[in-house]
Amino acid sequence: MLRVKNLTVSIHGKPIIKGLNLEVNEGEVHAIMGPNGSGKSTLASVIAGHKMFDVDKGEISYMGKNIFDMPAETRAREGIFLGFQYPVEIPGVSIANFMRTAINEKRKYLGLDPLTGAEFLKLMEEKKKMVEIHSKLANRSVNEGFSGGEKKKNEIFQMAMLEPRLAILDETDSGLDIDALKVVANGVNKLRRKDNATVLITHYQRLLDYIVPDFVHILYDGRIIKSGNKELAMELEEKGYDWIRKETATGAA
Amino acid sequence: MADKNDNILEEVSGSEYKYGFYTDIEMDQAPPGLTEDTIRFISAKKNEPGFMLAFRLKAFRHWKTLKEPDWAHVAYPPINYQDLIYYSAPRKRPKYDNLDEVDPELLETFEKLGIPLDEQKMLAGVAVDAVMDSVSVGSTFKKTLAEHGVIFCSFSEALQKHPDLIKKYMGSVVPYTDNYFASLNSAVFSDGSFAYIPRGVRCPLELSTYFRINAANTGQFERTLIIAEEGSYVSYMEGCTAPIRDENQLHAAIVEIIAHKDAEVKYSTVQNWWPGDKEGKGGVYNFVTKRGICEGDNAKISWTQVETGSAITWKYPSLILKGNNTIGEFYSVAVTNNKQQADTGTKMIHLGKNTRSTIISKGISGGQSNNSYRGLVKTGRKAENARNFSQCDSLLLGDQCGAHTFPYIDVGNRSSIVEHEATTSKISEDQLFYCLQRGIDMEGAIGLIVNGYAKDVLSKLPMEFAVEAQKLLSISLEGSIG
Ligand SMILES: Nc1ncnc2c1ncn2[C@@H]1O[C@H](COP(=O)(O)OP(=O)(O)OP(=O)(O)O)[C@@H](O)[C@H]1O
Ligand SMILES: [Mg+2]
Repeated sequence: MLRVKNLTVSIHGKPIIKGLNLEVNEGEVHAIMGPNGSGKSTLASVIAGHKMFDVDKGEISYMGKNIFDMPAETRAREGIFLGFQYPVEIPGVSIANFMRTAINEKRKYLGLDPLTGAEFLKLMEEKKKMVEIHSKLANRSVNEGFSGGEKKKNEIFQMAMLEPRLAILDETDSGLDIDALKVVANGVNKLRRKDNATVLITHYQRLLDYIVPDFVHILYDGRIIKSGNKELAMELEEKGYDWIRKETATGAA
Repeated sequence: MADKNDNILEEVSGSEYKYGFYTDIEMDQAPPGLTEDTIRFISAKKNEPGFMLAFRLKAFRHWKTLKEPDWAHVAYPPINYQDLIYYSAPRKRPKYDNLDEVDPELLETFEKLGIPLDEQKMLAGVAVDAVMDSVSVGSTFKKTLAEHGVIFCSFSEALQKHPDLIKKYMGSVVPYTDNYFASLNSAVFSDGSFAYIPRGVRCPLELSTYFRINAANTGQFERTLIIAEEGSYVSYMEGCTAPIRDENQLHAAIVEIIAHKDAEVKYSTVQNWWPGDKEGKGGVYNFVTKRGICEGDNAKISWTQVETGSAITWKYPSLILKGNNTIGEFYSVAVTNNKQQADTGTKMIHLGKNTRSTIISKGISGGQSNNSYRGLVKTGRKAENARNFSQCDSLLLGDQCGAHTFPYIDVGNRSSIVEHEATTSKISEDQLFYCLQRGIDMEGAIGLIVNGYAKDVLSKLPMEFAVEAQKLLSISLEGSIG
């Protein structure tokens, strides 16, 4: 589904991603872990189509198509969803209105009729239940005055509404209390299907207790330096990044 | 000697002019130029009562003593008032036979606004078929109003049928001496609207549909007079979301509103005059004087305006809160894009006790446009416990546009409280990317963000109008961010 090959990305001439490879297939859940500033969010942004970054080298293909040929909104309509690490506020725009616009844009792209008001409301009710979001939250302006946790839940709600093929969740677990964490994890699990895939960017192994990943990758200084399964996350939690760095350094030597 | 020659010359040419006028009373248009004769011609054309001509002439003589104001934050080449045409009869024959002949760009905008086909034809000046008979629409409307004793007609008609009301109220809120453009309008106004709501009557209809249908040909110097008698209520809507192109570049309108004791008037405008091309060429200059007075105790007037059109807008809907406990409100969204310039705002003059006013102004600038808010809040010596709250926000799209806020506060007594808040913000890259990432394209994203920003004002518009205004905001800002 997603194939990142030898990706090199910089901003204002400063290299951030330095030859990264990643392959994500249908039905898989991948976790990406890595120290602050290692380039996790940058990778997510580049996949989603943020223009701020310069792609110097490498390829990204999605569903067999070169992703760089598609503007950000097309990537979204093709099923890429990014759960933001820092969701922005859009004052005065209700989540309902925002989502309705988004869904109908996607439907238009797919050649479908827009949802009627009634159909949309029904869908929204259904998804609100699914991700256990409070009724009132959806009537409020997008992220305006939301607590940190509410913002993250709102991202999951939007993901449920948009039913993406590839969801990249950038630290959606950060700042969540234990109940909210379960809600978010449940949401992700419920949305998991054979034909979609999830990439979880996280710092904490505890998320992976709820959403069991098929692969865990360690992103360090712009490269994936180690990949494994859930065990790797536990080992990392125990030993810290220093261990990895030393291990890969000796491995390379 | 030279003087004498000039005089003779003037006399000769002047009399020819005169001659030209009176022999050809049938002609539809006054020749260019502005003299007392032009004014007499207009007044005669419209068969006006004597007091009207006298008023016009007084205004004209006063106007000649004035200089065009230059304090507004706008720039435009000098207007040659002698080159303008001051009277032109409403077009009777349609300009086009069918929509295919109309500028496709204009039609595209109509389409985006979702304006029904028949109305599109109306607005573009295409012949309309019998189904859409504006006269009959107008007359059912009028019948309902008549049953309630509401008078709603053109200013010209009111001059014929209700001259006493006009005589009593016209110029009572905006005197002909008020300002340069008001004097000009008072001298040469072409037509406009008149509304009278009798005592205790709640006007059963939004005074809108009718107006919209007839809005296409209201002329260059409009004049509106609204009178709400004691305890009455009316919601009045002027303007049109459809872009109106006009060969007349200068528009100088006057609106006067009088609210007597316990009366309430809601006045909503959407102004979308042709802003000119991307360079601002050919756009309309819209210099408007709008003012209301809460004459009696407990009266309330609110202005809600959405300004998206015109090359230049110069407009300060104001209120005089004369009665005790009167309330004034001003809600405004002004959008400028490309090379548009807007200098708009309000004046709230508190004279009575316990008077209250609210100002919410949202400026949105894109392209290389300039958008200024200018507001005056004044509380008089006797305006005990007067209160004002002003909120003036500016939203910038891109970094080549400008937003300016000029608040003036003049407090005349100790018990008044005047509060002013102002913010300037930008649409952030992050907000745009957030929308794009959800599959909403750039135009849609700007539309959403801007409508969210203007929500507090849009929500004050009558329902049906609000929906159109939302679309209009998005369309007006197309191409505003690179
Ligand atoms: N807009 C920007 N301008 C300059 N530097 C940037 C910008 N965005 C990211 N960077 C730099 O790129 C590097 C990677 O940032 P990124 O946000 O991808 O890290 P991260 O792995 O997501 O970190 P965290 O765990 O803290 O979220 C950092 O050094 C950061 O300072
Ligand atoms: Mg990050």
